[in-house]
Amino acid sequence: MYPPSFRYYRASSVAEAIALLQREPEARLLAGGHSLLPAMKLRLAAPPALIDIGRIPELRGIRRRDDGWAIGAMTTHREIEFSDLPLLAEVAAHVADPPVRNRGTIGGSLAHADPGADYPAAVLALGATIKAVGPGGERSIPADDFFQGLFTTSLQQGEVLTEVHLPALGHGWGWAYEKFPHPASGYAVVGVAAVVQAEGGAARQVRVGITGAAQSAFRARQVEERLTGRPMDEGAVRSAIEGAFEPDQLLSDPFASADYRAALCQALCRRALLRAWQRATT
Amino acid sequence: MVQATGRRYIGAAIKRKEDPRFITGRGTYVDDLAPPGTVYAAMVRSPYPHARIRSIDTRRAREMPGVLAVFTGADLEGVNPNPVGWLVPELRAVPYPVMARDRVRYVGEIVAVAIAEDRYLAEDAAQAVEVDYEPLPAVGDATKAVQAGAPAVHDQVPDNVAFRLPFGDQAAVDAAFTTAQRVVRLELVNQRLVPSAIEPRAALASYDPATDQLTLWLTSQNPHLIRLLLSAFVLGLPEHKVRVISPDVGGGFGSKIPLYSEECIVAWAARRLGRPVKWTAKRSESFLSDRHGRDHHTVAEMALDGEGRVTALRVRTVANLGAYLSTLGPAIPTWAYIPLLSGQYVIPHIYAEVVGAYTNTPPTDAYRGAGRPEACYLIERLMDVAARELGLDPAEFRRRNFVPPDRFPYQTSVAVVYDSGNYPGALDKALALADYQGMRRQQEEARREGRYVGIGISCYIEACGFAPSKLVGQLGAQAGLWESALVRAHPTGRVTVLTGAHSHGQGHETTFAQIVAEELGISLDDVEIVHGDSGAIPMGMGTYGSRSLAVGGSAIVRALERVKDKARRIAAHLLEAAPEDVELREGRFYVRGVPDRGVDWAAVALQAYLAHNLPEGMEPGLEASAFYDPENFTFPFGTHISMVEVDPETGLVKVLRYVAVDDAGNIINPLVFEGQVHGGIAQGVGQALLEWGRFDEDGTPLAASFMEYALPRASHLPSFKTDVQVTPCPHNPLGAKGIGEAGTIAATPCIVNAVVDALSPLGIRHLDTPLTPPRVWEAIRQARARQA
Amino acid sequence: MAEKVPITVTVNGVQHRHEVEPRLLLVHYLRDVLRLTGTHVGCDTSQCGACTVLLDGQAVKSCTVLAVQADGCQVTTIEGLGSDGQLHPLQEAFWEKHGLQCGFCTPGMILAAYDLLSRRPDPSEEEVRHALEGNYCRCTGYHNIVQAVLYAAEKMRGSR
Repeated sequence: MYPPSFRYYRASSVAEAIALLQREPEARLLAGGHSLLPAMKLRLAAPPALIDIGRIPELRGIRRRDDGWAIGAMTTHREIEFSDLPLLAEVAAHVADPPVRNRGTIGGSLAHADPGADYPAAVLALGATIKAVGPGGERSIPADDFFQGLFTTSLQQGEVLTEVHLPALGHGWGWAYEKFPHPASGYAVVGVAAVVQAEGGAARQVRVGITGAAQSAFRARQVEERLTGRPMDEGAVRSAIEGAFEPDQLLSDPFASADYRAALCQALCRRALLRAWQRATT
Repeated sequence: MVQATGRRYIGAAIKRKEDPRFITGRGTYVDDLAPPGTVYAAMVRSPYPHARIRSIDTRRAREMPGVLAVFTGADLEGVNPNPVGWLVPELRAVPYPVMARDRVRYVGEIVAVAIAEDRYLAEDAAQAVEVDYEPLPAVGDATKAVQAGAPAVHDQVPDNVAFRLPFGDQAAVDAAFTTAQRVVRLELVNQRLVPSAIEPRAALASYDPATDQLTLWLTSQNPHLIRLLLSAFVLGLPEHKVRVISPDVGGGFGSKIPLYSEECIVAWAARRLGRPVKWTAKRSESFLSDRHGRDHHTVAEMALDGEGRVTALRVRTVANLGAYLSTLGPAIPTWAYIPLLSGQYVIPHIYAEVVGAYTNTPPTDAYRGAGRPEACYLIERLMDVAARELGLDPAEFRRRNFVPPDRFPYQTSVAVVYDSGNYPGALDKALALADYQGMRRQQEEARREGRYVGIGISCYIEACGFAPSKLVGQLGAQAGLWESALVRAHPTGRVTVLTGAHSHGQGHETTFAQIVAEELGISLDDVEIVHGDSGAIPMGMGTYGSRSLAVGGSAIVRALERVKDKARRIAAHLLEAAPEDVELREGRFYVRGVPDRGVDWAAVALQAYLAHNLPEGMEPGLEASAFYDPENFTFPFGTHISMVEVDPETGLVKVLRYVAVDDAGNIINPLVFEGQVHGGIAQGVGQALLEWGRFDEDGTPLAASFMEYALPRASHLPSFKTDVQVTPCPHNPLGAKGIGEAGTIAATPCIVNAVVDALSPLGIRHLDTPLTPPRVWEAIRQARARQA
Repeated sequence: MAEKVPITVTVNGVQHRHEVEPRLLLVHYLRDVLRLTGTHVGCDTSQCGACTVLLDGQAVKSCTVLAVQADGCQVTTIEGLGSDGQLHPLQEAFWEKHGLQCGFCTPGMILAAYDLLSRRPDPSEEEVRHALEGNYCRCTGYHNIVQAVLYAAEKMRGSR
């Protein structure tokens, strides 16, 4: 309940945050604090310093771009929930609970890479790009390359996650997020995000991101491949997900076995795909 | 002067008097208090379920900034173990030290305390205490603990059996089974629960050397009892120099009955340091240090004759006591369910056997319902399974076995005598309220669509109104279970009532005041209820077991009768009439039959203190106390009906509808009554679907925070549809029985019966709680594999 | 101990300046420093919502916000919800509908409901239940809390 002591810095710009990180290499960045502070309160984390990036103006807000959207890393779940963002608005509504959504941020959540977090499934399904700035400059990381394992991302020491880019999804695109929350923690036991593009009665593109099921979020590539180029009726979806999730690849914990997670992957994948397809075709 | 009022208060849905302070944030809970100079305690707890303590090094912690002291068990010279308040025959009791010295027996057992100037510094220091442990083999499951070769939790109890308690005529029961037409057998687990009042426990102690007075503010349901245990048993202090105050308390549910180690430690430390010492549980600490509830493993068998009537019941339970005996540990979480095993039914022969087992887990004690949920779950599950095997509708099968309304008082075969009841009445009312036939039609339709919809019924009974002191004394209680009240009329006619009951959400400040206001014919605002302070209230046994109204309320009525009697004699004197001709109506004493001759209640109260014109020989003053010792338990009952749907792909159970008809005798405040039912249902649904105080085989907790332990949220529950039936209690002056636990007792089997009903087409006969989605899914998978 | 940081926080309309340790949680700043004890602590994992306050008008769990993060912000606690000695309609509604028993979760519950009604003045029962997912009550079974929020919503719409 009582975090350990730390030095506190408040950065007013990304450049200042990067400079502070160089001065305090062991420091952790403080965004909304809704992953980090709980860990510190349980004394599972004890960083010597926190660099508060929660007030950097350039990190906030959702901007429309020619090719889609740019979401500042410090945009809260609540701002996303009440936005027009495809898929992501729906996903944000599933994150924790309303008071948490008022504080927690997309950047903080992605950088923390909790295996049960919701956004990872969505950014994978959307083919989003994650922008990071470090002492060496800026780089764009495709979502597919971002999640590296349990609480691990491809962000490097000294880098700040600044923005998430989403592609524009116009006519013919559909999406859905299906989540089975842990009844206590609210994290996803399994969460499935599906994005499909319908063209001429068939699925031109299919992307499925899955969170909660494994050490880090992943794409259901086999399912995607089986469905691409085909009409996505119930039968097609059912046969596409058949055998697509091997329990031995999935997490097992005292609440849910890997077998159960595999079953959830199947069920939620079907539901998400059918709902996404319906949206794409109506 | 108070004004007389003709208002009827008893039975009125009155907004609570205590609410204004709570809705404006002005309640006073223990952690809200911080007398000048307060310092903060943080506990160092064992991370091992069983270990020898090789050494404890507190040097680094003691030298940290702001740290006043670090104490270990070795420092607590002269502090005695926490006593046991309920004994059973041949109990192999073990001492429960308030701080471990050389061995720890559960994760969370206290090994040291750090005391510092603020909460954060105390936590830092506690973390810096270095304890060298030698882990020992451990056992967390009670059924495994009593098997040969299990690690011994206590060397002096090598088989971990604290006691074995047989009850009933075993030969007669065995004979009934021999001649039975059908036997239904069920093995069931009543999982461990963590009570989880939203206010974590807290303790603040302050010592005044000038008066040698120790004052404790505790989150306790029974401050007087704690004062006695703490002063006379643990600390050896003069009881009259110890004052225990339970201010506003944020829920208890039984977990705030026992005396806890932390309370003893802050009391001792405040005297030692000469500073007020406060400890407030972190929630993750609550999971390790609050008393847990339930944790029964039971094999139950029911014998039936050829007409679908129950002839006998045979039950064997292994109950998990945890590592030590809590205050009521040997009784409430173990055998206390036996007297309710007859349910609402005529069961001629019952035999039960309970083994109380030590394990390397936190101790168990009372949790909402405390014994009655275990009994109700067992009997209502058996009734459902039996009905299914007989091909009878579960409502019809229950009706066939009910104790008929004309047989009360009804002597059960498990010692207790049911005071009053009308079981078919409550069942019929619930069936109508739920539109049971309509529900069954909906279920048929859903099944045709391939959906899994189920309906559950539970007809519960509970024993409340704890308790006739002589009887519980015979059963091993080390205390009487009467309640006290002192009614004090002030010279203005306003009234203060001191009650030994304690409200931690129950609304006594309103319901008790309603009784007084109605009896005296004065306004509710002119009555103040004082509770929770051993320094103000003569004596009290506290609040638990739905006892406050039936016992505490009855004590108030008795004290009121004495006050009214004296007031009537004063009034008669003033009116120059015979006392027996004077009656009190709507705040005024009248001479019977002479409506224009009267004197107000307030004038009489004033005269009692003026004492200028009192009857010859009468003492001044107008107050009286009473100790009400009930002559029997009360037996509330009712029928709950639920409808659920199971998602076969995920195992998720959704509660679609929940209907409750409760009969707890006369009702003082319907709002408060309903609120108790609602909250109880939620906790019962919690046990059925969500909550699980789970440990691995060696006693390591797997649910140690709200991240793992699921409390019901608003979104887990539907709105409830409730109604009442009123069958008054015949043996107390209010005719009230108690409603605090009914919902919790009824709801668990109600939901489980519905889920099993939903899954019955798959051949599923029973599932153990909690019915978490993975467990339900697994059961469906296995059932389908069997069917294939 | 880390160096203290000066903060200025406006709580219930009153500006406060303090030097605080960076690790001090907002809830302890409110309770232990300002002695506003209506905001409660019920857990240590950001689940129970007993500590819910309004931070710049939005409900947040003050056990998961550092006091330094509230620097320059407006905080409303339960003590500041009513105005001119009048109860807020939500407070009235919780009283009227018996939406509380022990009262410990109540301040947080009311402020979470406030957040909902500021976004959705006319919520359905289901929306109320979902909006209160971050606030545990162990006493009421939520039934009367939901009724209270719906009742308050109606009153507040009527007074617009």
